[in-house]
Amino acid sequence: MEKTTVKKIATRDAYGQALVELGRENQDIVVLDADLAKSTKTADFGKEFPERFFDVGIAEANMIGMAAGLATCGKIPFASTFALFGSLRVADMIRNSVCYPNLNVKIAVTHQGLTLGEDGASHQAVEDIALMRAIPNMTVIVPADATETKKAIRAAANTYGPMYIRMGRPSVPVLFEDDYEFEIGKGVQIREGNDVAIIATGVMVHIAVEAAELLAQEGIQARVINMATIKPIDEDIIVKAAQETKGIVTAEECNIYGGLGAAVAEVLCEKHPAKLRRVGVEDTFGESGTPDELLKKYGLTAENIASKAKELL
Amino acid sequence: MSTVTEGKLTELKQYASNIRQEIVKMVAAANSGHPGGSLSAADILAVLYFHEMNAGPDKISDPDRDRFVLSKGHASPVLYASLAEKGYLPKEELATFRKINSRLQGHPSKKMLPGVEQSTGSLGQGLSAANGMALAARLDKRDYRVYALLGDGEIQEGMVWEAAMAAGHYKLDNLVAILDYNHLQIDGNVEDIMNVGPVADKFRAFNWHVIEIDGHNLEEIISALDEAKTVKGMPTFIVAHTVKGKGVSYMENACGWHGTAPNAEQLAQALEELCAQGGEK
Repeated sequence: MEKTTVKKIATRDAYGQALVELGRENQDIVVLDADLAKSTKTADFGKEFPERFFDVGIAEANMIGMAAGLATCGKIPFASTFALFGSLRVADMIRNSVCYPNLNVKIAVTHQGLTLGEDGASHQAVEDIALMRAIPNMTVIVPADATETKKAIRAAANTYGPMYIRMGRPSVPVLFEDDYEFEIGKGVQIREGNDVAIIATGVMVHIAVEAAELLAQEGIQARVINMATIKPIDEDIIVKAAQETKGIVTAEECNIYGGLGAAVAEVLCEKHPAKLRRVGVEDTFGESGTPDELLKKYGLTAENIASKAKELL
Repeated sequence: MSTVTEGKLTELKQYASNIRQEIVKMVAAANSGHPGGSLSAADILAVLYFHEMNAGPDKISDPDRDRFVLSKGHASPVLYASLAEKGYLPKEELATFRKINSRLQGHPSKKMLPGVEQSTGSLGQGLSAANGMALAARLDKRDYRVYALLGDGEIQEGMVWEAAMAAGHYKLDNLVAILDYNHLQIDGNVEDIMNVGPVADKFRAFNWHVIEIDGHNLEEIISALDEAKTVKGMPTFIVAHTVKGKGVSYMENACGWHGTAPNAEQLAQALEELCAQGGEK
């Protein structure tokens, strides 16, 4: 399943391609953007299907409300902007206009977390997963690579209900072959190991694999689980990891409060108490810098994951 | 003026009175709710549901039905009363308003009550949803029309202006927004709290066709809606000048009746007054 190649593609690029493919197959797919179409990569859809593409300008609240209205009439709207503006800025619109009436709106955001980079903290959403996870009816998906993004976008289009799909700006390694099977709500074990388990999401998945390799050099076998769907979370794969290893490390590009780490902690506490360490943004704002510099400065590294894993042994 | 017959006007007047009676009964039974801004909109909804719109309980899932969005969701009593009068739900069910296990939530829930086209209540969001419905009609080449009712206090919300800009930009001539301009909001006069005027000029500047009417004159409501159908290339904004609490003497223009329920004695007086205005017993 894992690829040895170092091919790198940004998940936002895969999103843009997936939208065009889906647009050719399904006339009900409509796309909305708020003046970031070139960055979110929805512009490609707009070029091919101008009549089904609405760039609403810098007005995210109306974008979410219009998407809701389109969905009441059977359309499958994908509304895109940066993660910050597609979540925190429009939280009430997502809650009351989309999730409360349970409308089939896909909020597909890019430029997630710290790896948005140079624009700095004002644009770096690290709270969005916690916020979106707390809204009833919402599904939250964070794909790890280009392959998974394409599969997730297709699954989102074919599965009824409000969804928040979080993608990134920089190129990330392609981890999965085309035969990779994606299912909403299912975690995927991508490396075997029974000493510790690393449960990661999004951009942190390939870093978790690196951490497992570091640990292997020291004779520690780390299981790596890709948790693309953060809500509903795959409880079974978490409990199994807790049962079969000495502890779990979570890794996410999000505040550890309310994100993947919190979701895993909730499952462990109720179903199978186990030792847990969380790697993520530690309740702080980011800053300007390159994605790699930011990941390093804020501890989102293979070294930090490996070090936390060793605490569990 | 409108082309409707005297008979039709009498009938609409009766519907409006019935709707008003159900509003005060519902709010009294719940001992909670918003009578003032429901009564001010009763004539508008009477015309929409009993003259203007292609809608009804037999058309709940009809893709060609006209859509109505109550953006000022706190006026849910006027919507529920109109839907009950139209046969979407039994009138007896109105007594469950705001009570546990009821479909008649404090603010309208699309998921719970068929006929509610969008959940509203958090102010400022309904016009955007109406935009989406109007765009969907265009995409699907259907000729249904979309109506949204907004409160005057509500348009203080910034999202309304995002939506107004978009409707003008997309030239949504199948969309009509109606402003229930009763000049009162919870904390006092709209003009004192945060003046929204001049609303007609503002919406004209946002590329809307604007019509100003007396929102309690049935013929004016009908002719404005007729005029809206003749407008091409822009949405229509109807500024309906209304009286908050209209029809119940002690509630009229009284800020305190925005969100207060009448007691038994006040209810009896309200029903007596409303009955005298043309309703059924």
